[in-house]
Amino acid sequence: MTGPDAGDGHAGDGHGVDGHLVHHPGHDEGLHAGHHPAVVLSGVTVGYDGRAALTDVSVTVEAGTILAVFGPNGGGKSTFLKVVAGLLKPWSGRVQVLGAAPGGEARRIAYVPQAEQVDWEFPVSVWDVVVMGRYARLGPFRRPGAEDHRAVADALDLVGMTPNAQTQIGRLSGGQRRRAFLARALAADPDLYLLDEPVTGVDPTTQEDLMRILEAEARRGKTVIATTHDLASAAERFEDVLAINRTVIAHGRSDLVLDRDVLSRTYGGHLLVVGGETLLVDDPHHHDAPPGHEIHFHEETHR
Amino acid sequence: MIDALLAPLQYEFGVRALLAAALVGVVCAVVGSYMVLRGLAFMGDAISHAAFPGVVMAYLFGGSLYLGGAIAAVATALGIGWISRRAHLRSDTIIGVLFAGMFGLGVAIYSAIPNYVGDLFGFLFGDVLGIGLGDLIGLAVLGGIVLVVIWAFWKEFLFATFDPLGAGASGLNVNALDYLFLGLIAMTIVVSIQAVGIILVVAMLTTPAATAQLLTARFGRLMAIAIAIGIASGIAGIYVSFWLNLASGASIVLIQTAVFLLALALGPRNGLLRRRSVEAAGAR
Repeated sequence: MTGPDAGDGHAGDGHGVDGHLVHHPGHDEGLHAGHHPAVVLSGVTVGYDGRAALTDVSVTVEAGTILAVFGPNGGGKSTFLKVVAGLLKPWSGRVQVLGAAPGGEARRIAYVPQAEQVDWEFPVSVWDVVVMGRYARLGPFRRPGAEDHRAVADALDLVGMTPNAQTQIGRLSGGQRRRAFLARALAADPDLYLLDEPVTGVDPTTQEDLMRILEAEARRGKTVIATTHDLASAAERFEDVLAINRTVIAHGRSDLVLDRDVLSRTYGGHLLVVGGETLLVDDPHHHDAPPGHEIHFHEETHR
Repeated sequence: MIDALLAPLQYEFGVRALLAAALVGVVCAVVGSYMVLRGLAFMGDAISHAAFPGVVMAYLFGGSLYLGGAIAAVATALGIGWISRRAHLRSDTIIGVLFAGMFGLGVAIYSAIPNYVGDLFGFLFGDVLGIGLGDLIGLAVLGGIVLVVIWAFWKEFLFATFDPLGAGASGLNVNALDYLFLGLIAMTIVVSIQAVGIILVVAMLTTPAATAQLLTARFGRLMAIAIAIGIASGIAGIYVSFWLNLASGASIVLIQTAVFLLALALGPRNGLLRRRSVEAAGAR
């Protein structure tokens, strides 16, 4: 456990309101009348190889929300996304995604992996990648048809990648690679976007373009959940934020990322306060699943 | 020259061998195209060796060699997949253990057969010139099944190979596709054993696809080039084997290796010679 209040959900998800947690009335169910939750996790504990990565996570994400998930590396951001995507089965707790069990509404979900998890040498063009967004709905035997070609062309147009449609993905710049994968998600026409670090390490123009597209999707009632390292963009461009460090630290309006109490509990020792300025010292590791040889102090709690 | 080309066609066994080699070339190239992209070359080697005890048992009891080999190969392939999902060992470690263990089992059973000689060479190194009509039909049926399954799931296999997380999240059953693909590798190996034997079959799967990878950056073309190399090297290998009286499997594999080395040296994408000349030009 990370602290005395670890394991508490945020207010409004049916769990008790802890005095330490920042409570935002805007997230109470009553004020979202007519909305229905896109994602509900209650009491979810999950991990890899017997080690818990997330403990007792309870969160409700309303449909139409654009949510940034932030926290330290290894804090469980990507794990959270994988649980929602149905890629990782929780050890305990309940998950509901788009009104169904995880994986039950998979065709309404588009998942974009972290850039470093993609084999950029793979022999596919941008078009080949984007049309993959149509595969699940096509089903076996069927080839992409006119409707699929239109969806791919529209998605490429939206992200400004039409001139690069025939380019092998390894020849793209970092920003173009993110655009191509967002196009794949758009081509799937999903109700839930799950994006792992969509704007990390890309140029400001691309960041701006991608955020504008995602905001437009959220306005159409689509739900967007993105992990991010960039607290500034989380505060500025996302409606809501979810602070995660092995459990939910806080969940609320995006100005939460500017709350020093939330920050210090999310990042723990990685946060420095120097003369009123808050500095974030993030570690360079890029994994949620600790390698087998690494010993974690959480281990004895969950085995 | 024409006489030399027509010579094998005057014999029924020659025609059967050419058909078998071409068919094996196609099936191996198609399955191998996915295999190289999935990094499963070593897995292919393991499965082929694992087929050996099945083939020996079938030989011992007079059953179908295809069936015996297929059962052993598929069981091992699925076993490797199953264990590597559960045990805390790297999958190449598990492959190494099961591969040697199954091959050892085959050798042990074989050595227990009284007066064993003869066919061992055929199992290990293939004898496509000795393929019978029944075997050719079996090869065509099993190979056809593999091709139909790939035809049905080609895009699902491609998505799951390229981005298993994205494919899984969109609703594709990536685990089932993985197991299905392992099963296809096993069947492909079994149909190829008669042509090239257990030891060399991994080359039939890997080399044409690896060569194609050097020549194109698009998956469709990669598979087409691999198929062309598979067929051409199969047929050329039979001729070389017929003319020079060399082992057929070895002839096919050596031709494929030569084509690979040629592509490695001269390929437009990352040919070694081209790279050097570009570097030299840059240095000037």
